[in-house]
Amino acid sequence: MPRRLLQFLLPAAVGALMIALWYGIHAWLSEDLRFLLPTPDAILGAFREHGAELARATLNTGEGALLGWLLAVAVGFALAVGLSLSPLVRLSFYPYLMILQMTPIIVFAPILVLWVGAGLKSVVIITFLICFFPLVVNTTQGLISVDRNQVELFRLYRASRWQELWLLRIPAALPYFFTGLRIAATLAPIGALVGDYTAGSSAGDGGGLGFQTLIYSSQAKYPALFATAAVTCALGFLFVAAVLALSWAALHSWHDSYERNDQ
Amino acid sequence: MPPIVKIEDLHKIYDSGEVPVHAVRGVSLDIHQKEFLALMGASGSGKSTLMNTLGCLDRPTRGRYLLDGVDVAQLDKNELADIRNQKLGFVFQGFNLLSRTTALENVELPMLYGKRKMSSKQMRERAMHCLEIVGLAKRFDHMPNQLSGGQQQRVAIARALVNEPQVLLADEPTGNLDSKTSIEVMGVFQKLNEQGITIVMVTHELDVAHYCKRNLILRDGVIVRDELVQDRSIAEIELAKLKEAETAAKLLAAGSPAH
Repeated sequence: MPRRLLQFLLPAAVGALMIALWYGIHAWLSEDLRFLLPTPDAILGAFREHGAELARATLNTGEGALLGWLLAVAVGFALAVGLSLSPLVRLSFYPYLMILQMTPIIVFAPILVLWVGAGLKSVVIITFLICFFPLVVNTTQGLISVDRNQVELFRLYRASRWQELWLLRIPAALPYFFTGLRIAATLAPIGALVGDYTAGSSAGDGGGLGFQTLIYSSQAKYPALFATAAVTCALGFLFVAAVLALSWAALHSWHDSYERNDQ
Repeated sequence: MPPIVKIEDLHKIYDSGEVPVHAVRGVSLDIHQKEFLALMGASGSGKSTLMNTLGCLDRPTRGRYLLDGVDVAQLDKNELADIRNQKLGFVFQGFNLLSRTTALENVELPMLYGKRKMSSKQMRERAMHCLEIVGLAKRFDHMPNQLSGGQQQRVAIARALVNEPQVLLADEPTGNLDSKTSIEVMGVFQKLNEQGITIVMVTHELDVAHYCKRNLILRDGVIVRDELVQDRSIAEIELAKLKEAETAAKLLAAGSPAH
């Protein structure tokens, strides 16, 4: 069988098997425990019932995730350029970056709510805090991992520091930067969700997915909770797919990680 | 005509380690215009140190180095960089091309640095001309990963030519290439040399050195042999021979009886 066909058939078969197993477990559970595992059609039902609510919450969380992620990209990139300038700068700032990374967001959240209030602002800041570290670390690593010979060539021809950064270091750091971007993209929806869960608000246009999670679980709407999980998962895929497309567009013409067929 | 490179009793002592290393111990050397010189020697013989001095990357501890009449020891860091850009071109073992950048843009790079005097159109024309010299004008828009090793080294040679240097310094330029590609690259050097460029290259391959006009062997920081090459290899002829041998081998394979 051609490989391409297998690539679709095998996951589809595993998926079908899992759904069958799912129904099996549901049927096998005693009547009073079945609520623990709603069937796929019950979850689809929840989509129909809460569709508008979920769509609005998804947009809300998506907005928080996107803004927080963009903020992390901008600040992270600028900071990485600063850190790449000298080992002394790195030495001075790294411990504080580590501290920032190690402090759990759950602890930050109430403080943030005090500072800027619950809602989108807090969600964006929490997403930013979660996304920012992998971006800074990866980009800095890329900027300082330039081939020594290339740096020497630039110094040999007396290129300015600015030319060295712009023509040599930033292009060489792009693959690292995109790795950071991809990690951040998987974290952004989670960050926004956690942010919304801990510092979200139903004020204005209503809460995001984290807020809905709180509501559905307190109301024991389990099929709707599963539907929320599915939507969150889809949002994550969307983010990662967008970054993969970006990274392909930026790298495919010159970087070895993309195979070329036009030779 | 005065020599383009004049070295008198050159010493270089590295003081950074626990024991000072006397890498070059009294080398005197004249290199005239249109010479084509191979510098040979085992590692630790001082050939890299000598090459760094020639490239104005390092100042001699003692002795004199006149490059086109200018005493290099008297220059400060910026003046060294200027004289490098004006008079010298560099070719390396590892090509050192920027991977995100087309062949043409790679060749343009040395013109971007320092004081800009040229329009981008002029730079483009000059870079294109250099690519023509090395026979890669048709591939000007290729990225390094679309070029073979030999082609990448030719782009690097074009880059070294773009500031119109008087001396080309090449450090193991064939070190990363197979033997046939090495001959092709040596052919490019021979052509450039015929057009009047002085070339100094470091190599440890005897057959590569045989394409040069003059061979210099260093040992323990001094020149132990300095001779003109007899029966110099000519790249064009060697390549023709190789092609003939390949054709013969193919004919032989085609003519062998099938079972």
